[in-house]
Amino acid sequence: MSADEFAGARIRQALARRPGPPHLVPYVMAGFPHRGDTVPQLLAAEAAGGAVVELGLPYSDPLADGPTIQAAGQRALAEGMSVALALEQVRDARAQGLAVPLVVMTYLNPLLQMGLGDFCRRAVRAGVEGLLVPDLPLEESEDLIGAAAQAGLAVVTMVAPTTPDWRLKRAAELSTGFLYCVSRTGVTGAGSEDRDEGRQLLARARQLTDIPLALGFGVRRLEQIQRLAGLADAVVVASVLLEAAADAADPAQAVGLTLRGLQASA
Amino acid sequence: MDPAVNRPGKLLITSPPPAGRYGQFGGRFVPETVMPALAELEAAAVAAFADPQFLEELADLHADYAGRPTPCYFASRLSEHAGLAIWLKREDLLHTGAHKLNNALGQLLLARRMGKRRIVAETGAGQHGLATATACALFDLDCVVYMGEEDMRRQAVNVAKMNLLGARVEPVRSGSRTLKDATSEAIRDWVTNVRDTHYVIGSAVGPHPYPWLVRTLQSVIGSEAREQMLAATGALPTQVVACVGGGSNAIGIFAGFLDDSQVRLLGVEAGGRGLGRGEHGASLSHGRPGVLHGSQSFLLQDEDGQVDSTHSISAGLDYPGVGPEHAQLRQSGRARYIAVDDEQALAAFHLLCRLEGILPALESAHAIHAAVALGRDADAEGPVLVCLSGRGDKDIDTVLEWDQG
Repeated sequence: MSADEFAGARIRQALARRPGPPHLVPYVMAGFPHRGDTVPQLLAAEAAGGAVVELGLPYSDPLADGPTIQAAGQRALAEGMSVALALEQVRDARAQGLAVPLVVMTYLNPLLQMGLGDFCRRAVRAGVEGLLVPDLPLEESEDLIGAAAQAGLAVVTMVAPTTPDWRLKRAAELSTGFLYCVSRTGVTGAGSEDRDEGRQLLARARQLTDIPLALGFGVRRLEQIQRLAGLADAVVVASVLLEAAADAADPAQAVGLTLRGLQASA
Repeated sequence: MDPAVNRPGKLLITSPPPAGRYGQFGGRFVPETVMPALAELEAAAVAAFADPQFLEELADLHADYAGRPTPCYFASRLSEHAGLAIWLKREDLLHTGAHKLNNALGQLLLARRMGKRRIVAETGAGQHGLATATACALFDLDCVVYMGEEDMRRQAVNVAKMNLLGARVEPVRSGSRTLKDATSEAIRDWVTNVRDTHYVIGSAVGPHPYPWLVRTLQSVIGSEAREQMLAATGALPTQVVACVGGGSNAIGIFAGFLDDSQVRLLGVEAGGRGLGRGEHGASLSHGRPGVLHGSQSFLLQDEDGQVDSTHSISAGLDYPGVGPEHAQLRQSGRARYIAVDDEQALAAFHLLCRLEGILPALESAHAIHAAVALGRDADAEGPVLVCLSGRGDKDIDTVLEWDQG
């Protein structure tokens, strides 16, 4: 098995299709609200049922993010968070028993400055399994996909309601983790939820690919998640968790509680 | 006088660069949501530039509405002071007071062809916002302009003008509250409303096709100036000088002379308060390659790839990135880029007021300083052509504040 095929296998297994509501992919911003909160939040996100955890690395100019993630990123940067430090914290979390697959989400420029090859190798060594870069469309992703494949890092590609079928197919072919379906035209965070366009995108994607489908952007309520049963294999939950963590005395506990609240009680 | 000189210059139309690349620079680094819109825009622009009717309509607007051609003026007293013949391309005399209208008129004609009824723009000094608000009033389109809170304070008159023209000015409170953050916010709006909205980017920056599109629309400056210089002096200038924030007036005037290898090109960036981190806007002189706002270019950033905040006395040059074609021109050595600081720009502002009776925009004053400084070299030969990209009425408060210390 080549590194390429191996990369992302655990992510794909973790999000495998199942009856009932979609798997949860909670988002944790490294260094938010405080520098030392990353590891406890990663552990709490796993304990509270996260099937895969997305770790956001802060960036000064996050074009795809709404006010909540922007503000969290600013705060994390002010806390001294950096790409290198975040990877160190991932290593710590693994040492403390974090088993869940981790996907890093960040923008291209911090990765370019570290060097794409360097970043991918260091991320894999630290225990990261996938990478998602929202400002890197298919046309520009060749270098990163090459570097990631060589390092054994999975790449998660994104599609949006405006993505035509031919691009959707191409994105699914290039993804080695899951296909990130953006629920609406717009940025992350609050906004009009449950517009039909997210459901239509999922339905189109299902016709065109067998890779796990995760819906993200604006997912924040239990009923909303339950209604995605059979359509999405997973949902990414971000802003609602950051809001809970922002002013909590114990951010990890707040993340865990919020995440449990997004799952039907058995 | 040659009658051709009294008609607006022609756009210098080129094919879009493949994949939007200028050597290693350029490209399209944006969320997937707007990728189809970028392709649509490129196709619409290529079709429009091949359509004589579109070009004629734009030329008529240039002539009858905007006031093109703008004069190319021999600044005799400034020349005497500098010891070098200096000509000014008077974009400050264009309607709304700066070169920005060239781009706004062209992009809004395109938006109308594409059936987009809602327009968003970012603005720093307010000149691009004002030009966009003006053209939206003319074409009856909805207009939202994002502007940093700090810039709204610095440029209150332009905010009032945009409101009078029917635009909504949205204050941006994130980051450094200046042009960089306003641009991010405008892009977020566009990502959200992409189906019915056209984003009028104000400089030769952003994802492909914007750098090419804005350059083409601003190339009217260079094509006009080249003809005017030939008609007036019988020769080409030895050097062309323009200020560079994102770089649209510079690439516009450079475009007319790129193929004239004997004409040297000089871009002037904001040296701000000095060359410490966050104290200036000189991305070509002091930045490293990186990606911001959709394209790869030179960028002011820290070791970790976080974008630096910037400073310049002129809001229009207060930007950490620069257009990708300038990055390529710097890399190839075809153009040279230097930094001029706040104090030098202010001195040049006063100089032009007193010697020529012209209040330049503080942005353009950076270029004036650089042109005058060329005269210090005893071997320097003119004529030097400077793009006087805008007028300084908007900057009076800033200048008075500074002079009062």
